[in-house]
Amino acid sequence: MTTLTRTPGDETAEDPGTPGGRGRWTGYLLLLPGALWLVLFFAVPIGSLVSTSLYDPTGTLETGYRFAFDVGNYIDAISTYAPEFGRSLLYAGLATIFALLLGYPLAYAISFKAGRWKNLLLVLVIAPFFTSFLIRTLSWKLILADQGWVVDSLKFLHVPLSNGRLLDTPVAVITGLTYNFLPFMVLPLYASLEKIDHRLIEAAGDLYASPFQGFRKVTLPLSMPGVVAGTLLTFIPAAGDFINKELLGSPQQSMIGNRIQGLFESGSYPAASALSVTLMVLIVVMVIAYIRRAGTEDLL
Amino acid sequence: MAARSGGDDLRLESVTKQFGPFTAVDNLTLTVPAGSFFALLGPSGCGKTTTLRMVAGLEDPTVGDIYLGQERITSLRPYKRPVNTVFQSYALFPHLSVEDNVAFGLKRRGRKDVNAEVERMLELVELAGFAKRRPAQLSGGQQQRVALARALINSPQVLLLDEPLGALDLKLRRQMQIELKSIQTEVGLTFVHVTHDQEEAMTMADTVAVMHAGLIEQKGAPADLYDNPATTFVANFLGQSNLVEGEIRRAEGDELEVDVQGMTIRVPAERARVHSGKVWVGVRPEKVVVHSEAAATDATNSLPRGRVIDVSFSGVSTQYLVRMPWGQELTVFEQNTGSRPLLHVGGEVDLRWRPEHTFLLDAAQDASAGVQDALVGT
Ligand SMILES: Nc1ncnc2c1ncn2[C@@H]1O[C@H](COP(=O)(O)OP(=O)(O)OP(=O)(O)O)[C@@H](O)[C@H]1O
Ligand SMILES: [Mg+2]
Repeated sequence: MTTLTRTPGDETAEDPGTPGGRGRWTGYLLLLPGALWLVLFFAVPIGSLVSTSLYDPTGTLETGYRFAFDVGNYIDAISTYAPEFGRSLLYAGLATIFALLLGYPLAYAISFKAGRWKNLLLVLVIAPFFTSFLIRTLSWKLILADQGWVVDSLKFLHVPLSNGRLLDTPVAVITGLTYNFLPFMVLPLYASLEKIDHRLIEAAGDLYASPFQGFRKVTLPLSMPGVVAGTLLTFIPAAGDFINKELLGSPQQSMIGNRIQGLFESGSYPAASALSVTLMVLIVVMVIAYIRRAGTEDLL
Repeated sequence: MAARSGGDDLRLESVTKQFGPFTAVDNLTLTVPAGSFFALLGPSGCGKTTTLRMVAGLEDPTVGDIYLGQERITSLRPYKRPVNTVFQSYALFPHLSVEDNVAFGLKRRGRKDVNAEVERMLELVELAGFAKRRPAQLSGGQQQRVALARALINSPQVLLLDEPLGALDLKLRRQMQIELKSIQTEVGLTFVHVTHDQEEAMTMADTVAVMHAGLIEQKGAPADLYDNPATTFVANFLGQSNLVEGEIRRAEGDELEVDVQGMTIRVPAERARVHSGKVWVGVRPEKVVVHSEAAATDATNSLPRGRVIDVSFSGVSTQYLVRMPWGQELTVFEQNTGSRPLLHVGGEVDLRWRPEHTFLLDAAQDASAGVQDALVGT
């Protein structure tokens, strides 16, 4: 390809008719800032993370670290912290399901039923972002407190609670995760419901579909891109989260994020890196399998 | 017309639909006999789609009732009505293949083995090889045929077609018209067919209703409607008309005499919508004969001599534009039978036609009503 050695100016001057000749270069130029950003703040850190995860684990901050291509870090990480991995996936999975169950009707109501209240309701969905993540999670500590009204009401209704508490239980952690990531579920759901042509739903009704069948056969499948995007945006950060366990749970609810944080703090960089990389690979594999399964590659 | 035994007439009784202050359909009363092919013809925005939507149950009438046979279906939910629609916008399900789109209605009614039927339907609309495609992978005309198949396959009691052939080219359109008509006759379904195309309405329908601004101006068999329009709007919208000012001189017996520019025009009494005072004297362009020599016979109506100002030859026929002494331009269509050479621009001519081809309309109506709409519509 001779065009590669030419400057863009040459090319257009000589051969103005080449389709896409100029456009191709413009495209690369536009990609440049993003690509630079990704290389500096994503590719390089990932590379250093992966190489750290292969360091000799006996190193400390004082003695320094040595690259050893030590796959043992991974074996140790996975065998030692399997329960944390399990808990992370379980808690994040449950939080995602609850967020979907709460978020879908909410997004549906805002998009289909809210009429002129639509914008106000959307603002309310986003409003919690105006306070810090920490403050919001801390306030759940008050809501779920041992003497709080939630615990009191549950006791009054004779709902069995372990030790009569909600705090420091999986319930509290999952509640916190669900609450914190709900907007990430609602917004993509809303966006994809909003795109649905209501005449299609009318057509389903005209073709003998009851409102419920119309929902199942038309509205739901057409909102699948939103479901996939929403569940991913909820699940991925929830699986790596450590704040909710930190503030609402006890050591029994330790998630993988808490372990990574602990290991980094104690200077066990190789082990912490191996855990991070494992979590990342695990999530990427699950996401790919999920998207395949949902059959929404072409819709995303 | 082979009406289906036990078929139910579709009746609209004083149906009005208002959107806020705007009246889209105004006090419409209409009966579509079971098994008939009913065409709703009218300019854009006159309320055709709104009328169909009320029959389908997608819109609630503000006032009035809709019946199917004895059953009042005014507020029956759409999915419970034995009515299907071919939507003007197609409304195909983008996430389903062509075959799943077509099978949709049958499956919702619990039918399991639908493949053979779907295949037959796709063959009928000439889309046999397209079963696995998504709607987005079809051309506009192909999508329209899927929409047609998706509704037809359900054999509903009433099929509502909202400009179902609008996106097809002329050849395919004619072919689908014949196909639709034969399906309708065979199965004896009731078709309510909305169209802009007056030719389509007249060739296909048993009854044509001309709608204008939310009202039905006139309805009847195509030939009646064409030969005997009741309003200037119908006269201009359905085909073309020459409308000339006149005043009724004598209205006794079964023939009226009308004075037009000093000439006496005779009109059968049953073709007159008014019987005194000022009128529009109407005649269709193809009913008028042009003569270059002046030799009026008593058996025909004729006007003072005019001058040919335009000749447009189109092979089968020729259209003459003739300027009359009072300035008005009249149109004449002549079949090119070859019995006489073409007339030339500038030549003086007589216009004559038979009294039974004349119609009289109320002079209070606008003589150009519907002219623009007809041009836009076709
Ligand atoms: N939902 C609505 N809200 C307000 N006005 C409406 C609504 N639907 C239709 N209209 C108005 O009612 C009138 C009739 O509309 P309709 O769709 O029935 O026209 P149409 O005869 O089908 O026209 P076309 O041939 O262009 O499809 C139009 O003036 C339209 O603007
Ligand atoms: Mg319409």
